[in-house]
Amino acid sequence: MAEVKNIATRESYGNALAELGKVNPNVVVLDADLAGATKTGVFKKAFPERFFDCGIAEANMIGIAAGLSTTGKIPFASSFAMFAAGRAFEQIRNTVGYPHLNVKICASHAGISVGEDGATHQCNEDIALMRTIPGMVVINPADDVEAKAAIFAAAEYVGPVYVRLGRLAVPVINDAETYKFEMGKGITMREGKDVTIIATGLMVSRALDAASQLAAEGINARVINIHTIKPIDKDIIVKAAKETGLIITAEEHNVIGGIYSAVTEVTSQEAPCKVVPVAVMDTFGKSGPAKELLDVFGLNAANIVEKVKSNLK
Amino acid sequence: MDKKFLQKTALEVRKSIVTAVHSAKSGHPGGSLSLADTLTYLYFYKMNVDPKNPKMENRDRFVLSKGHTAPALYSVLAEKGFFDKAELVKLRKTGAMLQGHPDMKGTPGVDMSTGSLGQGISAAVGMALGGKISDADFTVYTALGDGEIQEGQVWEAAMAAAHYKLDNLVAVVDNNNLQIDGEVNKVMSVYPIVDKFESFGWNVTTCDAHDFDSIHAAFEKTNEKNGKPLVIVQKSVKGKGVSFMENLASWHGTAPNDEQYAQAMADLEAIGKELEAE
Repeated sequence: MAEVKNIATRESYGNALAELGKVNPNVVVLDADLAGATKTGVFKKAFPERFFDCGIAEANMIGIAAGLSTTGKIPFASSFAMFAAGRAFEQIRNTVGYPHLNVKICASHAGISVGEDGATHQCNEDIALMRTIPGMVVINPADDVEAKAAIFAAAEYVGPVYVRLGRLAVPVINDAETYKFEMGKGITMREGKDVTIIATGLMVSRALDAASQLAAEGINARVINIHTIKPIDKDIIVKAAKETGLIITAEEHNVIGGIYSAVTEVTSQEAPCKVVPVAVMDTFGKSGPAKELLDVFGLNAANIVEKVKSNLK
Repeated sequence: MDKKFLQKTALEVRKSIVTAVHSAKSGHPGGSLSLADTLTYLYFYKMNVDPKNPKMENRDRFVLSKGHTAPALYSVLAEKGFFDKAELVKLRKTGAMLQGHPDMKGTPGVDMSTGSLGQGISAAVGMALGGKISDADFTVYTALGDGEIQEGQVWEAAMAAAHYKLDNLVAVVDNNNLQIDGEVNKVMSVYPIVDKFESFGWNVTTCDAHDFDSIHAAFEKTNEKNGKPLVIVQKSVKGKGVSFMENLASWHGTAPNDEQYAQAMADLEAIGKELEAE
């Protein structure tokens, strides 16, 4: 078996920005004193005249991004998810979302996999917050390939976009030649008829591991990668609900407001079926190494397998 | 500068403010009236804007950071011809173009959606930064309430404007010393305003917000581009021009009833007669 590369999506973001800067002179990047961690520092090194550190002042950074966008620039504003989506929520809602400005908010260090910094920095609420803003596109890439593609797609799209990025290096799973990123389109990663696992972000590779384990036991699990949580791909969800009858959702986010909610919002109206979450179960995070924490919070293949087996009739 | 013309225009703006808020039966007349002369000066003398081409690329920008005083901005924009004055009496009504707070998507001439205090100045900083890095020569103006500068974000923005040497940015602090709960110095003192901005690295000047010579002198400092943003702390009278509204916090967010409206218009007509007689 070929060795799987592991890359954090924040690294992908920094590299994508530096490439984007070469082809699009309107791209400008803002950060709030975290350029080393969010990896906007890669862009800063390449294009210092188009990089603006706003200091530890996220609310103001979002407003500056909004103002820049009205002058024809395409601002990418970055911080940790907690301080972008969390602290600056109302600025994003009122000064970016309401006027539907062309601002890209790319937040790293989302979820439990922040690791040792603990609960204050582990944002498990950002998808929920951003999803409630009318007109906001919300993207949660699964790996390096998808994160880069998402950044280029966000730059092309005119309007506000939130991209969720991680600190932890995660397996590259979308390196097939045929991979294609389409905003708002889910990807069937593996066909199956007994159950569907709908995963997002770093849980996609874990869902694939779970499906392999299930296959060994004769259970044929479909795996769908939902990288765009808003607007969500209703068709792929409805089809899965009708064809497999049971859906397990998998996300590194609070069970309230993330992909479990987004999927059930679709199925409850269009194809009612049982939907079972693998998520952070409405609790705060803890300190510890990221990989251990993912196990502690049940965000792993074993828990997905267990949920499938205990819910499959 | 044609002072008489500006005075007469500002009087029409005040009539529109009172009429719009009366018609809406809600809204913010006090702080709108205190800002009326400054906005008139900006749109009828200072700013490079074209009502026929509201999105003109190189136009000067204005951000009403104290967004609740939208009636003042709407009245000036209508007077300037950005849209029909008939829109003013539909303010805040269902289906109306003129929302309770400025909406840049729906209203020609509105450069930024505002209303949540402290946020407009950050957007103005972003516009000014965008102008600088594009080598555009427009100026960005923004108006803040004195109560509004209690918001911490204002000082984040003030820091950034000085840091990035945005001498194409001019902020006005409308210092009428009244906010909803009472006098600014009693609710939560923001004083000394001048010293605060100076220590944040801004050029600071002051003016009488109801004297066009004084306003003009303050805004002339805009031309002294020395690598610093400019703030004009203007001493103003909340409710200016309407006798029973002046200097009362209670007129922050209350609409006049029919009788009060008649009185307000009579007050403004009397000012008009004085102007004619001068």
